[in-house]
Amino acid sequence: MSTQDQIIAILAEQALLQPSDIALDNSLEELGIDSMALVESIFAIEEAFDITVPFNANAPKDSGFDISSVAAIIAAVDKLKAEQT
Amino acid sequence: MSRRVVITGAGTINALGADVASTMAAMQEGRCGIGPLDIRDVDRLSIQIGGQVKGYDEHAHFNRQQIALYDRFTQFTLLAAREALAQSGLTFNGVLADQSGVILGTSGGGLTTQDENYRTVYEEGKNRVHPFIVPKLMNNAAVSQVSMEWNLRGPSFTVSTACASSNHAMGQAFNMVRSGMATVMVTGGSESMLCFGGIKAWEGLRVMSKDACRPFSATRNGMVQGEGAGVFVFEDYDHAVKRGADILCEVAGFAMSSDASDIVMPSKQGAARAIAGALRDARIDRSEVGYINAHGTGTAANDKTECAAVADVFGPHADKLMISSTKSMHGHLIGGTGAVELLACIMALRDGVIAPTIGYEEPDPECALDVVPNVARDADVDVVLSNAFAFGGLNAVIALRK
Repeated sequence: MSTQDQIIAILAEQALLQPSDIALDNSLEELGIDSMALVESIFAIEEAFDITVPFNANAPKDSGFDISSVAAIIAAVDKLKAEQT
Repeated sequence: MSRRVVITGAGTINALGADVASTMAAMQEGRCGIGPLDIRDVDRLSIQIGGQVKGYDEHAHFNRQQIALYDRFTQFTLLAAREALAQSGLTFNGVLADQSGVILGTSGGGLTTQDENYRTVYEEGKNRVHPFIVPKLMNNAAVSQVSMEWNLRGPSFTVSTACASSNHAMGQAFNMVRSGMATVMVTGGSESMLCFGGIKAWEGLRVMSKDACRPFSATRNGMVQGEGAGVFVFEDYDHAVKRGADILCEVAGFAMSSDASDIVMPSKQGAARAIAGALRDARIDRSEVGYINAHGTGTAANDKTECAAVADVFGPHADKLMISSTKSMHGHLIGGTGAVELLACIMALRDGVIAPTIGYEEPDPECALDVVPNVARDADVDVVLSNAFAFGGLNAVIALRK
């Protein structure tokens, strides 16, 4: 599975949706992913790719990990994978 | 039957000091007790700071047999209890012993003991642990050891409601003395979860700060854990007066509530109901409250919710009272936090000094109250509150008066 498919599968599981229901330009809010589901999603991403994601739930925007859309998350994970492997 | 309840002894050990005097002096100075953690495997943690009790040597206070039975949270409790009971001047025999008990809060209990022994069997592969691991790690170990050391034979148990444990414990102790069920209650709480597993679990929530606890500041980025204990002697007022005890202050009221909404996100309504309930229970008009020791964890969610709840309950008076979070100095002691924070309340009433919220950098419009930024303040206050709002939505607020 590609990075994109893996991330979409993780988000779909948290959002209780089918992967096919998730579009790259969706925001987490549009998918119904709340703060707890987000923290679980990040944990799942870290486990899936064996990376450390810089994320502080107190200041999501200042964490250096772009979560503004599904596409942004995929790009951020690709960047972390390149940096950390 | 309703009796008045007073505090006739206080004791503590925490990151700011090993007794009440040094802790209050640190709070007056606005000194920060948070620093780099000195624990095993700290290099594998992403959070490497805490309000740790430094320079602590268990062998200076306890013998080998005691250490085999006393987890760090129990040791802290016993040291704080020694100071509190010495100040009270009480000894317990006969009827008084039967009518006096111990109620303490803790969240993790003997977590350090669990951590060390899981490491022994899982990581080191050993198949044998010390025979006293269970009586050492159990959450009621501290209560039982206090009851044994001071012959307290009345109602005794442990309360565990995460970050509100101590306030719930002290509320129970208060109601037991008030109702006549007990003459004296030793109460407060203790926590020692600054071990690898204890911090690793909190890291997972992604709400911890890597650099500092800055409650109410727009720049806040999370909570910082602390450790230690606070123990108090709650006594029937008539009993205290009759024996000529030095009264530190009166416990005026207590209330608790449950948000019944979310396992981690706080609710303004739940917090407001507990605050208003404590005023009602104490028969205190909201205009009398001069200081609130905030729950003030330094997380985005708590601080704005707490300020909104205070604004709702107090109306225009919210802008006149002072509210500070001493967690900025000693860290969040989780199940022991309300007990150490009660010291700031006693200092406000007894010494007329309001402990500051240190680390405060920038106002947050969502926390627009007088948070006593960075520098302690002299003020004559008659009534104070101490807030505690736990994960799980369990809230407990205590009211004290001179």
